[in-house]
Amino acid sequence: MSAQSRPAIAMNAERALDIALPVCVFLGALGVWEAIVALKDIPPYILPAPSRIASTLIADWDTLSGSLWVTLRITFAALFAAVVGGVALAILFAQWKWVERSFFPFAVILQVTPIVAIAPLLLVYLDGGTAVLVCAFVVAFFPILSNTALGLASADHNLLDLFELYRASRWQQLIYLRLPSALPYFLGGLRIGGGLALIGAIVAEIAAGSAGQGAGLAFRIVESGYRLNIPRMFAALVLISVAGILIFLFFTLLSRVLLGRWHDSARSREG
Amino acid sequence: MTNAIAPPIVRLRGVGKTFANGTIALEGLDLDVRSGEFLSLLGPSGCGKSTVLRMIAGLASPSAGSIDWSDAQSRSDLGYVFQDSTLMPWTSVFNNVWLPLRLSGLSKADAATRIEEALSLVGLSGFAKSYPRELSGGMKMRVSIARALVLRPRLLLMDEPFAALDEITRFKLNNDLLRLKAELGTTVIFVTHSVYESVYLSSRIAVFASRPGRIIDTIDIDAPYPRNEDFRHSALYAERSRAASTALMSAIAAEDHL
Ligand SMILES: Nc1ncnc2c1ncn2[C@@H]1O[C@H](COP(=O)(O)OP(=O)(O)O)[C@@H](O)[C@H]1O
Ligand SMILES: [Mg+2]
Repeated sequence: MSAQSRPAIAMNAERALDIALPVCVFLGALGVWEAIVALKDIPPYILPAPSRIASTLIADWDTLSGSLWVTLRITFAALFAAVVGGVALAILFAQWKWVERSFFPFAVILQVTPIVAIAPLLLVYLDGGTAVLVCAFVVAFFPILSNTALGLASADHNLLDLFELYRASRWQQLIYLRLPSALPYFLGGLRIGGGLALIGAIVAEIAAGSAGQGAGLAFRIVESGYRLNIPRMFAALVLISVAGILIFLFFTLLSRVLLGRWHDSARSREG
Repeated sequence: MTNAIAPPIVRLRGVGKTFANGTIALEGLDLDVRSGEFLSLLGPSGCGKSTVLRMIAGLASPSAGSIDWSDAQSRSDLGYVFQDSTLMPWTSVFNNVWLPLRLSGLSKADAATRIEEALSLVGLSGFAKSYPRELSGGMKMRVSIARALVLRPRLLLMDEPFAALDEITRFKLNNDLLRLKAELGTTVIFVTHSVYESVYLSSRIAVFASRPGRIIDTIDIDAPYPRNEDFRHSALYAERSRAASTALMSAIAAEDHL
């Protein structure tokens, strides 16, 4: 009994440390930060103490939460469009090789051109809100497209032979074999794309500046900068980080749930 | 015996296969697959055994010669088992065995009885809901065999199906395969590089040599079925094993200079 439970306890202790250690580092850093600001009497418009940032977060919650909501909405709308567009195009690639040969280079060009460089141009043709959405879409699109396309092409060769043996149609092959094979790849792309969509939304909004709708978190940062409201700048930054972390955790959890019973990536190694 | 008189299910004449990169995998292959026989293709790796099987299955086409079927229907009345179990990891054992029926348009409900029958044939009745990764290697291979048999094909093609398994599991599956074959009357073409496996299972062994792949000897194992472990200790088994080994050795000697 003890032979069995001791490693289990050791395992839990290991996992607890994985959480406890970074939390300690984080709290320690906040403590040092707080102490330095207090001891050196640094004014909040130069460096606000963590406590000041927290109180600003609470005091300005109405404004900030509204902006958080706007940023999240843009992020998820862009991600949704990227999923629909990326998966649809990947399926076209898989079904018709010539589509891939015709379009893939352009997807690469879109990917390698920095989004900050595209944003001002988009603002010439589109209104601020749409431009931000398009930027977030552009950065999230490629990882989803390329991962899904890779996944669709990676179906097991023997299974492909088996489908041929049983005279499966192209669409049966796609639905019963290629799409499930691509799921882990797609979810990997989604996790990267989710983070990138948020970054795209922020970058584009900063580039848009006053031309933007002026409601997202990035706009709050720019606006607070002009007004030297440094605590609020930090508070908005905190919200962006938290949003990024939550998006990452959400998609990690989604992968676990969807792949739990079959894929190696979703399993802890035993023994 | 009676099988020898029956017309072959499939007849290969002068079959050759040269791949696009210039590899001559097979040359001048003549082979009759008789109805009801258990035919093993025995040979060193790389001699073109898989290629023969793939051509018979219609997954590759010969670059020379002809493959003729006794009747058009037999051509698609096939089961195929690969060296690894080749299951779909994302779905249950039940759904894996459903696949051939599903591809021919049968709903889960309509297919259920046949799926359960196939699973019970291979002794996996209780495992319909399991996922492949929850099974041992031998059990996965059983699922793979159930999938190949669910359509009750006339001809079963097996490409080194037990090569990756431990010897105990392998012996057990050998016996199960003989039982299944007797029960269903399926004709089997079985690729292996194990002399003992081929002698134990087969009614006939075609021994291959490589570069280019060709048949250098055919050995009849005229021991009656059902066979059991006693057969492994019989004089006939020993004699045929020696004959097969000798043929295999000369096949390997022929390529030694390469
Ligand atoms: N698609 C292919 N393209 C080129 N060469 C191949 C291909 N498939 C098999 N070969 C070659 O043909 C020969 C026979 O292969 P194979 O039938 O797999 O042999 P075996 O199953 O007896 O090990 C080998 O030399 C192999 O390298
Ligand atoms: Mg082979």
